[in-house]
Amino acid sequence: MPDFEIVTRADLSDVTYLLEIRHPLLAKAARPGQFVIVMETAHGERIPLTIADFDRAKGTITLVIQAVGKTTREMQQNCRVGTRLHAVVGPMGIPSHIGEAKKVVCVGGGLGVAPIYPQARAYKESGAYVIGVLGFRNKALMFWEDKFRACCDELIVCTDDGSAGIKGLVTEGIRQAIAKHPDIDEVVAIGPPIMMKGCAEATRPHGIRTMVSLNPVMVDGTGMCGGCRVKIGEQVKFACVDGPDFDGHQVDFDDLMARLGRYKPTEKSAMEAWQESCRIRSATDPASAAPPAPGR
Amino acid sequence: MARKKKTIRTIPQARTAMPEQSPEARVTNFDEVACGYRLEDALVEAERCLDCADQPCAKGCPVGIDIPGFIMKMTAKNFHGAYDTITDTNLLPSVCGRVCPQESQCEGVCTVGETLEPVAIGRLERFVGDMAIAEGWTNIPYIEPTRFKVAVVGSGPAGMACAADMAKAGCAVTVYEAFHEPGGVLKYGIPDFRLPNSVVDVEIEKLTRLGITFECNTLVGRLFTIEQMLSEMGFHAVFVGTGAGYPSFMGIPGESLGGVLSANEWLTRCNLMRGRDFPTYDTPLQPGKRVAVIGAGNTAMDAMRVSLRVGAEKVYCIYRRSAAEAPARAEEIHHAQEEGIDFQWLTSPLELLGDSGNNVRAMRCERMELGEPDASGRRRPVPVPGSEFEFETDMVVFAIGTNANPILGQTSGLKLDKRGYIATDENLATSIAGVYAGGDIVTGAATVIQAMGAGRKAARAMKAYLGLRDTDSVYLPKDTDAAGRLFGIDRRERNFARVHLA
Repeated sequence: MPDFEIVTRADLSDVTYLLEIRHPLLAKAARPGQFVIVMETAHGERIPLTIADFDRAKGTITLVIQAVGKTTREMQQNCRVGTRLHAVVGPMGIPSHIGEAKKVVCVGGGLGVAPIYPQARAYKESGAYVIGVLGFRNKALMFWEDKFRACCDELIVCTDDGSAGIKGLVTEGIRQAIAKHPDIDEVVAIGPPIMMKGCAEATRPHGIRTMVSLNPVMVDGTGMCGGCRVKIGEQVKFACVDGPDFDGHQVDFDDLMARLGRYKPTEKSAMEAWQESCRIRSATDPASAAPPAPGR
Repeated sequence: MARKKKTIRTIPQARTAMPEQSPEARVTNFDEVACGYRLEDALVEAERCLDCADQPCAKGCPVGIDIPGFIMKMTAKNFHGAYDTITDTNLLPSVCGRVCPQESQCEGVCTVGETLEPVAIGRLERFVGDMAIAEGWTNIPYIEPTRFKVAVVGSGPAGMACAADMAKAGCAVTVYEAFHEPGGVLKYGIPDFRLPNSVVDVEIEKLTRLGITFECNTLVGRLFTIEQMLSEMGFHAVFVGTGAGYPSFMGIPGESLGGVLSANEWLTRCNLMRGRDFPTYDTPLQPGKRVAVIGAGNTAMDAMRVSLRVGAEKVYCIYRRSAAEAPARAEEIHHAQEEGIDFQWLTSPLELLGDSGNNVRAMRCERMELGEPDASGRRRPVPVPGSEFEFETDMVVFAIGTNANPILGQTSGLKLDKRGYIATDENLATSIAGVYAGGDIVTGAATVIQAMGAGRKAARAMKAYLGLRDTDSVYLPKDTDAAGRLFGIDRRERNFARVHLA
């Protein structure tokens, strides 16, 4: 029985960190586009995290996590090499369809850079010409550039402030790719919903098929609660079992973004309570660990 | 001295009352509403059984428990014997005694019930089950191990029942569960005030004593497929009891507003994830103050009563038919009414309206009246023209049923029926040899006892498939005439398995 042990921990920035978890069966089964549901502790919540990489030989999966709320911040503090998670279940979702596309643009925005990596790699392995478009706020937040250079025929890096690559959002990178290559078969875009919406709008006038990976709030991840329902064209689908990949031109992103905001009041109070408990803990016990320093 | 024969006039006339928390007290906690009989209550109620000749109760039970048998043992104060009698057939008396719809099963056909109130069979079953838990009794027979490995997918009632039977037959049984805790609907769906999770855990622990292994956090179909289980993983047979559960919505406008949930989501957050104990537990709840639950089955009753307990000031039941057609267990409707749920019968939702924050703020409904019967035999509701009205609500829970979960259909070669459930024959065999299925994933949403009955039925077929013979069905030559034998061998023998006489 797996014990969800963390075998590697890396900090990619002061908000982004990487965990490599030992789970040989999961590593063997994982395919690009799939995700896991994680519980940090027995009283934790269930959160979906996309599988950023898997190593079947080593028997591990890799998650790249952004510390945005109480759970992900607490994990950032507590999840060290040798510690264990309470539950990791998956791989969930329909694997990405690595089709017959001959020329593909793989777009990753911010945290989306991690989950797009296995897709880019899989397309390369299938023989396609892969153009990678990666977006970061600035050069200091960049990660995995070398991994992408190894599996992309072309790599366009975009930073908001121009400190690396071109200055602009990933949509600018997509525009450049389309201008240079009139024969793009497919675009795959992963990142915050507003970014995926932008990518879908950038490709819509050109009629290029655009797949996106949706990230609604989830509880079970197995299709039994319907909390992750999304509007795709005229239909309602569950992202956990009908997705998470969907046709970006059919997705109602405004609905997704509205639903993502439902628990903001609770998220805020949870965060405040946790930060208060951290403050009390470090005030009464100076030996307790402070949040990790940024670094690579 | 011979006992005086019991007649309808000599037995205690009134059904022994069940001690209950008062409605005012119980809406503030998740403790059990029905507190359970004391010993004296159980003995008095057991006396009400006439031990009649035709035993309609046993026939009315979906799994055929020897009801008069266990009740007579109770009157003789042989409670351990009563427990053994029940558990020969029904593994989980503490569960079924609490959640079975006895009024439409055993108690509904009770002979005493023709004149007086029926014997409280469910309460007696619960009493025996709870005493067994308190005393630590188990009914573990001698088990002769075989070479067979059996997998059970899903740790709900169907899976648990099948696992128990296969383990008792000597197989090495592994139960796979997608959630982080076993129990299925008993854990995530049925709230603690009806069925405490601690009771479920005790029953699961008894299963581990039969040698059954539970592996949680395992999503069969995705982590490995059914086909892989039979080939690479070395299982000789598999039972699929994954439950119904792809919740239905109505398709009315506003269903994607914040605060609109399926009952499955609401109950999973409150029960399994203990959202009611936020922030000790992390799962957010954000319960509404004015909650509307659509539906009138057991799930709807649970959703409504949970809402009250987590702080709702007003809870509505919106149901398009009348009280008489409501499918929930009678006791649950009664308890819900006592707790102050506002039942809006003959009402159907038309639209959910949102506020500027994209959260639900009101529901627009219309009144219905009952017309001609539809395919299910129930009178079909038809809208009353001009009856539309609106009321404020900040949480809407849909408890109108479920469809088949799609994962196994997506990941295996199992043949599905046209509604997406797993197709089975009359022995619960699926289209893949060695794979059986039962419970909600075959029939659609039903009850715990029906799921357990399916699990046991599938186990009988799986044992036949594997060539395992029950020790109590030994074929002796003198039982068969010449036509039933060939060269001295009974034609009913279908294999070379050794017969073990226990």
